[in-house]
Amino acid sequence: METFKIGCAAGFSGDRVDGVGPVVKSLIDSGGHTLIFETLAERTLALAQLTRNRDPDAGYEPLLEDMLRPCLADCLHHNISIVSNFGQANPPSAARHIARLAREMGLRAPRIAVLAGDRLEGPDVMEYLSRELPGEIDSNRIVCINAYQGAEEIAQALQAGADVVVAGRVSDPSLVVGPARAHFGWGANDWQSLAIATMAGHLLECGTQVTGGYFAVPGLKDIPGMHDLGFPLAEITKDGQITISKPAGTGGLVNARTVKEQLLYEVHNPAAYLTPDVTADISQVEVQDLGGDRVQVRGIRGWPRPEQLKVNAFMRGGWLAEAEISYAGVQAEARARLAADILRKRLGPELRMRVDLIGSISVFADDAGSMLDAHPPSASRDIRLRVAAVHDDRHIAEKLLKEMNALYTCGPAGGGGVRTSLKPRLNSVSALIPRELAPASWSFLA
Amino acid sequence: MTNPEKTSNTLVEVPLYRLAHGRTGDKGNISNISIIAWSDQLFPIIERQLTEEAVARWFADRRPQRVTRYALPSIGAMNFVIEGILDGGVNDALNLDSHGKALSFFLLDFPVQVEKEIEATLPDIPHF
Repeated sequence: METFKIGCAAGFSGDRVDGVGPVVKSLIDSGGHTLIFETLAERTLALAQLTRNRDPDAGYEPLLEDMLRPCLADCLHHNISIVSNFGQANPPSAARHIARLAREMGLRAPRIAVLAGDRLEGPDVMEYLSRELPGEIDSNRIVCINAYQGAEEIAQALQAGADVVVAGRVSDPSLVVGPARAHFGWGANDWQSLAIATMAGHLLECGTQVTGGYFAVPGLKDIPGMHDLGFPLAEITKDGQITISKPAGTGGLVNARTVKEQLLYEVHNPAAYLTPDVTADISQVEVQDLGGDRVQVRGIRGWPRPEQLKVNAFMRGGWLAEAEISYAGVQAEARARLAADILRKRLGPELRMRVDLIGSISVFADDAGSMLDAHPPSASRDIRLRVAAVHDDRHIAEKLLKEMNALYTCGPAGGGGVRTSLKPRLNSVSALIPRELAPASWSFLA
Repeated sequence: MTNPEKTSNTLVEVPLYRLAHGRTGDKGNISNISIIAWSDQLFPIIERQLTEEAVARWFADRRPQRVTRYALPSIGAMNFVIEGILDGGVNDALNLDSHGKALSFFLLDFPVQVEKEIEATLPDIPHF
């Protein structure tokens, strides 16, 4: 029991679902302990809540069954616990789905733990947030408010014998901290150990982003076998060393560079990476390439956890209208710019529009268009004009789509391939909240 | 801008991607960009030239409210935290890339002055 072994088979909702096989095989071969799936980006949860509002049995990870069907039998047979936030906005329904799946597959009934307490409702919370974020909280528009919960309930559930832990919003690294705590029996204030497990979780939580995904630049940093990237594995020793690797026979690469990029991903102050569990400090971290797709990470320090929890509040944010049209050949960019100018004049000040000239200048530019305005016209012969605007009134937002369509006959020569989309938008605000306003709990699925 | 590397006439200007690699992350309206030296000896060159002020100027079109640089010499890396450059962030921006995921590649074009002898050792993209 000196080394804790854990693998990650998903880094976001919508990740590849066929990476789990080699991860579970590696865990079985090495006597590993836990498999995690991370499926809950900031916005995913609010979208899941909207789904649940329409269907009270939905609102959890849509790919739940695709994720678990290939691995549930092996995990139950080899006592590999499964820990995930795939419960999203509806952990109880996700848990029932897993129980049903196990029955269908003729497996023993798994002990499924369901976490609760991340979703915040009620006047106390609304009052607190309205005070903290004056003018930013519109109760009529609220979709959901969720606190980032920590590892405590995950650890308790596993120690009580859970085979599967279904969470909603927990901090991503807590998916690793919980099982590591249960394995080693660490206390809730063993800051050094919790910080190490937190950074192991941070390295795993985005799946292949540490094993060669999201890394390749042909000619500068090439990655083999990107069509078949191995999902990551981590070993944590009792004395605090992390080793990151990937399953044998998979594509991708684990080296000091892939690990360093992921180590700093979405980190602000490296001396104070804040989670509900601990304040992790990687300001003196060391990363050593052991060769053979194995990298060791040392020198992580831990400090007491933040007093408060982070919460995200999501609100309905009007309608996002987007539309595109292509121009190719002589004066392509000039025609695209003329088309944008026509749209602006047709829409007037009522609908503020962003303009992209895809193929010349787009994603680097700002919404206000200052970079676009300063960008000299190019001789590009293949431009896709993309415009976007947002408005509370659906009918006003829709005008962008109609005006774009009209460019087929009323616009510059040779415009083609119009595509339009209108989507409801979600806005979010973040705040810190006292822990007593967001009590977490867990229970076994009855 | 005075050039701290200017000790001789043997300097050449190269894009930052020849000295470092990096990745962008986002939280709300804050972007963080890691810049990781290809080798330890390149780290001091980057550290001298890629200052908070220089990065703020490089992103001027996006009107950064604040740029904070954290150095991690033990891994030859720096982490830039750039506030207010995502037009509100993933849920508010009209940008196709509302996360700002491309922004590390904007910074990797930053011009850096290096000695010619060093330039010869740097990785480069294929030139056709």
